[in-house]
Amino acid sequence: MMNSMAIESRPETARTGVWIGIATISMSFAAYTSALIVRQGANPDWVHFKVPPVLYFNTLVVLASSVTLYLAAGGGPQDPQLVELPATRARREIKWIYLTLGLGLLFLLGQIIAWRDLSSQGITLASSPSSSFFYLLTAAHGLHLLGGLGGLLFVAHRIARRSASQALRAYRAASLYWHFMAALWVYVFVLLAVRI
Amino acid sequence: MSNPHSSHDVPQQSFLRKYVFSLDHKVIGRQYLDLSLVAVTTGMILSWLMRLHLGWPTKAIPFLGAISPEAAGGIITPEYYLSLMTMHGTIMVFFVLTTAPFAGFGNFILPLQIGAEDMAFPRFNMMSFWVTFVAFVVLLAAFFVPEGPPLSGWTAYAPLSAVGKDAGPGQGWGQTLWVISIAIFCIAQLLGSLNFIATTLDLRTKGMTLARMPFSTWAWFITSVIGLIAFSVLLPACILLLLDRVAGTSFFIPSGLVISDRLQPHSGGSPLLWQHLFWFFGHPEVYIAILPGFGIISQILPAVARKPLLGPRVFIGCLIAIAFLSYTVWGHHMFMSGMNPFSATVFSVPTLIITIPAAIATLLWIGTLYGARLRFTTAALFCLGFISVFVSGGLSGFFLAQPAIDSYLHGTYFVVGHFHFVMGVAAMFGIFAATYFWFPKIYGRMMNETLGKWHFILTFVGVYCIFMPMHYLGLSGNVRRYSSFTVDYMKGSVPLHRFITVAALFTGAVQLIFFYNLFRSRFRGQVATENPWEATSLEWTTSSPPPHDNFGGRLPVVYHGPNEYGVAGKDGDYIMQDSPEPEQRASVSIA
Repeated sequence: MMNSMAIESRPETARTGVWIGIATISMSFAAYTSALIVRQGANPDWVHFKVPPVLYFNTLVVLASSVTLYLAAGGGPQDPQLVELPATRARREIKWIYLTLGLGLLFLLGQIIAWRDLSSQGITLASSPSSSFFYLLTAAHGLHLLGGLGGLLFVAHRIARRSASQALRAYRAASLYWHFMAALWVYVFVLLAVRI
Repeated sequence: MSNPHSSHDVPQQSFLRKYVFSLDHKVIGRQYLDLSLVAVTTGMILSWLMRLHLGWPTKAIPFLGAISPEAAGGIITPEYYLSLMTMHGTIMVFFVLTTAPFAGFGNFILPLQIGAEDMAFPRFNMMSFWVTFVAFVVLLAAFFVPEGPPLSGWTAYAPLSAVGKDAGPGQGWGQTLWVISIAIFCIAQLLGSLNFIATTLDLRTKGMTLARMPFSTWAWFITSVIGLIAFSVLLPACILLLLDRVAGTSFFIPSGLVISDRLQPHSGGSPLLWQHLFWFFGHPEVYIAILPGFGIISQILPAVARKPLLGPRVFIGCLIAIAFLSYTVWGHHMFMSGMNPFSATVFSVPTLIITIPAAIATLLWIGTLYGARLRFTTAALFCLGFISVFVSGGLSGFFLAQPAIDSYLHGTYFVVGHFHFVMGVAAMFGIFAATYFWFPKIYGRMMNETLGKWHFILTFVGVYCIFMPMHYLGLSGNVRRYSSFTVDYMKGSVPLHRFITVAALFTGAVQLIFFYNLFRSRFRGQVATENPWEATSLEWTTSSPPPHDNFGGRLPVVYHGPNEYGVAGKDGDYIMQDSPEPEQRASVSIA
């Protein structure tokens, strides 16, 4: 069991890793964005279509999941002296994590509904450059979000083991990633809504 | 996320965990080095086949027909020549020049140099190697699919690379495997870079401030930042290319394209878009290959010159400037692509500017050598060789950086000579220097110095004989990427091509000395002490090879920078980084 001194002296490598991951993912989406802009300007074959309405709902879902994940930590600062999580608190935190996880899955389900909606209108991956980018960006974001779901499961696992410092580290890393996923979705959504 | 200490809890490890799926950065580093050894041998054999054909285009190469159905009867067709060129370039750039100096040596040495027990994420580290391995296997598989490997070059220019098998042999399955392989490779490099950055930021031992970090660690750190940004752009580019190939999208394929008498079912794509995305990665990739060499040279030179590196802070400033500028110059690969000629000028300026930090770094090395009593070890010789070939290759870069001159030289052997010197041979010399320098630490035995010196001298002469004449060929108008020069007006270049071929075979044969030395020393070499080169950085404070947890249960505390040579220390003319003795000013002055 780690004491509070150890918590302070050991750097949070997981969180550092997530920050670096955020830089990477941002760069990838910057590349997709510049490709989109160049491709749209290259030829007049860009077909505009309305983004599926379910995406508005999805945006609310993913933002709500960010809030529920924030509430999982009780919303306040953590007590650095705490060694073992009390059982009641662990149960409460896990509940919020599962709620976040549920919202994440709901979001992915919504994305699939959006895809089906478009494909039923004959808008497919290869039908026009705009739809290519629509599927590409939503799929890329969805895959990264799946990684975030894995992270949340790991946090729940850590909380269940009730080591306060380990749970806190996992939570701080996974929640940073999750909030970034929410922000990234807002970016993708605005980009698609404006350009497509 | 992985626990950085999880690998040290288990004293008894299974065979698989210890040697195959190891979490130990030292084992992973050696795995990378072994992989790149296989890759470099493959790449070199491919270059011999190309050279033989260029020298004697009508002669059949014995046994080639039996190995490769695409070269029936041992005759290399123009298409097969391009396949060889593509695979040679791809293997060398990705699986040798990126894998060995950065992933290989970086993995082994970086945690030791900063006083860490392992990388920040050992599981990611293991995955990173095995993902690289899979990428290599997928790439090699292109040799064994119907119609053979792709022929669109290591740059895979669209639409040639995007339209599928209509574009020629190897453009079907072969090209698809190429794209998949490179996409997988990107993932491996991103995992690796993430690990390097997090390790350097978070796991430095007590007293190891950024200012006290060894130069090689600085270089690996900056390289990983470059790699993180570069590969996170190449990965999307590969995905777009793959979708164009297999899913019917039109990112890169223009309208009305007729290939092999067939109208391609795509429209509106932008071939230039691929070039922009590719070179936004591709130019920084050049620095991913060469910057570790910068660090390695700067780490070894003071130890063999017994003098501190001149201008250590300026040197690190140069690395940072190069890293930054490397993202502003990609368009200089595209002067001939048909992009707006004004943008050529825009890209030309930073290309000329980036030579300034590179030149300053070179001058710092030469200044370090000035007045030094150099210990002529093999590693020292390869450092000198590195400076020589880097300058030779860098100088021709001045010409190519100017659009007006590049328009004449771009499609010629001048460019081949240029990038082989500055990126290929220079980086290889960095790898050789690192091998001779760190071999005792990695395997606990010394390499044979006499064989090493012969290896250096013959290789040094050999590479100049190969690549210097290429500049002349290019100036005289000898185009590149042609499989033979049998047409009347190009026949005059054939004797020189034969000379280059002989030099290439000779230089390749010389590498057998290196291989022999490498394998023999691994088992029979003289047993190495902790610090055979009297160097200052932390990897020399632990046993050779280091124990599983690097420092045998203790973590070193750092009191000095890595550059304290030429002083009156307690062990000699240097002060170890973890020695608590007081700091001294270098007593050796330049005059």
